[in-house]
Amino acid sequence: MILFLEQLLNGLQYGVMLFLLAAGLTLIFGIMGVINLAHGSLYMIGAFAGTWIATQTGSFWLGIPAGLLAAALIGFVIEATVIRKLYARDHLDQVLATFALILIFNQAIVLIFGRQPIFTPLPEALYGSVEIIPGLFYPPYRLMIIAVGLLVALGLYFLINRTRIGMLVRAGSTNRDMVRALGVDVRLLYTVVFGLGALLAGLAGYMTGPILAVQVGMGEEILLATFVVVVIGGVGSIKGAFVAGIGLGVVDTMLRAFLPTILRGFMQPSDADAIGASISSMGIFLLMAIVLLIRPKGLFAVGG
Amino acid sequence: MRKLILPLILLVIFALMPLIADLVGKNALQTLSARILIYAMAAASLNLILGYGGMVSFGHAAYFGVGAYVVGILYSHWMSELPIFGLIPGTNQLLITLPVAMVVSGLAALVIGALSLRTGGVQFIMITLAFAQMIFFLFVSLTAYGGEDGIIIRRANEVPGLNMRDKTTVYYVILVVVVLYFAWLWRVVNSSFGQVLKGIRQNERRMEAMGIATFRYKLYAFVLAGMGAGLAGALMANFLRFTSPDMMHWTKSGELIIMVILGGLGTFFGPILGAAAFLILEFYLADWTEHWQLGLGIILLLVVLFTKGGILGAFDRLKGGRQ
Repeated sequence: MILFLEQLLNGLQYGVMLFLLAAGLTLIFGIMGVINLAHGSLYMIGAFAGTWIATQTGSFWLGIPAGLLAAALIGFVIEATVIRKLYARDHLDQVLATFALILIFNQAIVLIFGRQPIFTPLPEALYGSVEIIPGLFYPPYRLMIIAVGLLVALGLYFLINRTRIGMLVRAGSTNRDMVRALGVDVRLLYTVVFGLGALLAGLAGYMTGPILAVQVGMGEEILLATFVVVVIGGVGSIKGAFVAGIGLGVVDTMLRAFLPTILRGFMQPSDADAIGASISSMGIFLLMAIVLLIRPKGLFAVGG
Repeated sequence: MRKLILPLILLVIFALMPLIADLVGKNALQTLSARILIYAMAAASLNLILGYGGMVSFGHAAYFGVGAYVVGILYSHWMSELPIFGLIPGTNQLLITLPVAMVVSGLAALVIGALSLRTGGVQFIMITLAFAQMIFFLFVSLTAYGGEDGIIIRRANEVPGLNMRDKTTVYYVILVVVVLYFAWLWRVVNSSFGQVLKGIRQNERRMEAMGIATFRYKLYAFVLAGMGAGLAGALMANFLRFTSPDMMHWTKSGELIIMVILGGLGTFFGPILGAAAFLILEFYLADWTEHWQLGLGIILLLVVLFTKGGILGAFDRLKGGRQ
């Protein structure tokens, strides 16, 4: 039971991380109509920039603005130079151009930081583990990630539902052409949305640093899972990204944690571990296939 | 007559490549040339659905990998003399393994296509990617067949009357299969089926209004494309004498799309030029710097942003002809 709760929290932590990435991606998808494979690169850039500042200054907290700033800055640059040219193109060109960006960013990072993974120093206060309920010890850092993720979700909710820019975002994901026809400066809206997405990706990247290694290729690993979240949640829907992100995070973590043990019941331990790990990796894709077959536009599809 | 010039030039170059490689003393050229032939075939099969049919499949490497694994699995069972599931004996005969590879990858494409083609747009891209990832992880989990490490095939499949231990013989076998494939593809593209496929890309609703069951045509094309990639994968397994899940990683699917785009989407010989351009670029850039992907990324970005119609399109514009 304790183990189950612990894995549930791990799943929740992975889930909010997926949400941070998926929220930006789904808005970029839904409003600008661009498939941005380079979203994972922004995540990686946030992680590298933040970690670099953190190790240089010795302060974990200084890494946060550094990571956010770097990701947002690079986000603005690629929006202005590449993404802007892709609005009117078909999906194929978008996939290819952003795939090219992945290659470029990965090699640029290799050139600057090398291939060795680097590690983010944790602040003293977040070391060790705390007892949440009797018997359940949990690292406070992971709790912080969950809290930050939920806070961002709340903030986005207010931004989208209560502000003028949020209104434009909602309108844009429902019917892009109508927003443009009504005289809204769509270009500015696009830049803001892309920058916001980049910011969230950078935040997610930096916060993952102390848990996973910061290394080249970290972006692609999580990118596919993020796309699964976006597609399951429904393109353009923040609510969908939240529900699907948390859901997938928990399902994925649970499968990884418990499937090998279950399989050990009726096969060789080494086989059970290998097969369990692969089936868990397949899990989210299988889930996406099933959801799309039942609801081809995702769970919370936005009209338009 | 003019139409025949490009294929004849290509055929002569590929046919003479082992001699040229011998003359300049660079064996690597023959290897490179064989890889180009095989990838050209895989890219051409993708071009059938991507270029002619307008279906952006982001999981085409999966069928390539399945074809390769058919050769690898049949070989490993032939070596161990244990039938698969106690029923199907293994084999090392190329004339058996190639058709089996096509059938198995075609079946995979049939199942995946039947499900994926119910969606469209972004969802189609993502669901084909998802299925390809599932197949990738399936083969990673098959510890009996090497898991992540894959299968080493000690000798290329046998063909009666040929010495398949000789690399040059293997090269010519690949060349013959690829030429036959392109001849067949020419007929497909220029058949009424090919015309319907192009019509679907232009306007699916119009084709439906004309009374054509577009789903069936798209599915048929999807299966044919999967079979082509499977055949290419089977050749690759014979050529490399190795198969691994790496062959069907999602970035490989991306590379196949790049080849198609580089050559020119929906052009018949584009995939050959695209595969050649991609692999030659990789060959020389990788020779020059380990950061070759940086150069590749920049070139790809420029091609996507500033050219229309890839290499063949650029030729046409240079000649002043219309595309």
